[in-house]
Amino acid sequence: MAHHDFTMPMSEAQVRALRVDDTVTLNGTLYGIRDATQIHLFDRGRRTRFDLAGHAVIHTAPNVRKVAKSAAHPVGYAPLCIGTTTSDRMERFTRPLMQQCGVRLVIGKGGLREASQAAFDELGGAYLAIIGGTAALETTWVEAIEDVDLDELNPESLWKFRVRGFGPLLVAMDSHGGSLYSRVRDAARARRAAVLKRLGVG
Amino acid sequence: MKVDLQQVEEAAKELYIRALKLLPPDVKQGFDRLAQSESDAGAKRMLGTMVRNIKVAEDTDNLLCQDTGIPIYNVTIGRGVEVDGVALKEAIRKGCARSTREYSFRSSIVHPTTRHNAQDSTGRGVPVIHVDFSEAPETLEIEMLPKGSGSENNSWLKMAIPAEGVDAIKTFVVDCVLEAGGKTCPPTIVGVGVGGTADLCMHLAKIAATRPLGSRCEDPEGAALETALTGAVNALGVGPQGLGGDSTAFAVHVETAATHITMNPVAVNMQCHSARRARATFTPAGMQYGY
Repeated sequence: MAHHDFTMPMSEAQVRALRVDDTVTLNGTLYGIRDATQIHLFDRGRRTRFDLAGHAVIHTAPNVRKVAKSAAHPVGYAPLCIGTTTSDRMERFTRPLMQQCGVRLVIGKGGLREASQAAFDELGGAYLAIIGGTAALETTWVEAIEDVDLDELNPESLWKFRVRGFGPLLVAMDSHGGSLYSRVRDAARARRAAVLKRLGVG
Repeated sequence: MKVDLQQVEEAAKELYIRALKLLPPDVKQGFDRLAQSESDAGAKRMLGTMVRNIKVAEDTDNLLCQDTGIPIYNVTIGRGVEVDGVALKEAIRKGCARSTREYSFRSSIVHPTTRHNAQDSTGRGVPVIHVDFSEAPETLEIEMLPKGSGSENNSWLKMAIPAEGVDAIKTFVVDCVLEAGGKTCPPTIVGVGVGGTADLCMHLAKIAATRPLGSRCEDPEGAALETALTGAVNALGVGPQGLGGDSTAFAVHVETAATHITMNPVAVNMQCHSARRARATFTPAGMQYGY
């Protein structure tokens, strides 16, 4: 259970060193994506001018305030409340994110499934769990919204955040087949029969 | 009592932002209770972070969660209240839209096929407005629920049959909690509707999921199910965020209604740990905010 501090972007070797139960704190650039962002990128052939290679993406759609452009707010958006959404809906986009864009880390809540696990194992990636519903705290780790692309999808734009001390996040899926979600799910399903018996079912 | 619609519009606006920022005391107490009984160290740490987030939201005057939810307003009209119902609904809708624009929070509402976002949290049939009546003299109550989508996406209805009995209800609830895993942002309030028609059953599940913690089903049969099912789902080990532990649900809440001789419907709707709600009560003495 090691702790890792990363300044993005990162190499495949750095990601491969991560194991489930490790913790990670991120600094520097973090990209924000969501359902619509990925539907447009991977189903509708849209392109982004951002280079995501070696970077981390977070499943989000932030609350932002429109402000005058300044050094602190280069694209005229101030962060208001930035949190994390349920990752499971975006399961099928993990592989194209990694293969076509070079993404190394996916940050989300609730976990991803087998296809994502296979992509992490083959291509060198990991899933970092954040605690869903703790957006007020998460927002204190975001320094600025540095840039934004595909903004007609707002709030599901492709966001470029600058973060400091973003974490600790829990490595919940690694590149060696390890997944805390499948471990917990399998154990819970194994308890099903005993739980139903306790309820007098059968 | 004659209802001042301008005041209703202001309240509808304030209720949305209040609900997004302030967690009700019963939910805060729910966290304390879970933290005391949680045996998994990692789960305990996660509960601690959730509690810390409530404090950060209060200290920084920020939203608890980024999900501004689907806005739901539950209106309860007491006896002797004079109000134009159409105008009341319009005032709530206006207040909801103004809240989104004036406080600049995220509009999470889109058209279901075009996915167009009007950027003011409203659309066809949204905000959801339910109107009901009560015995309370000269009282109008408006409850506001920003219902998060992570938990709402985990909603199920099963039209079980009489021969499957109560076992079908119990099995369905356990299987829904297993299926939801960490997707609903556990610890949750698991809302269960039992009986009625398909639509009433689902509505009962939502009422159950959004009831204050500590409240009980008025039907003793439903209350007994609540106790049994709360213990059962917390023995599954799903835990906070689906990452393991005892704290899978604050509680299972059940609401019941009579049903047809051929039917045995059961519905599940869940509420995430950010179990947000706010309330405004109008009486001849004035208007008061609460939970």
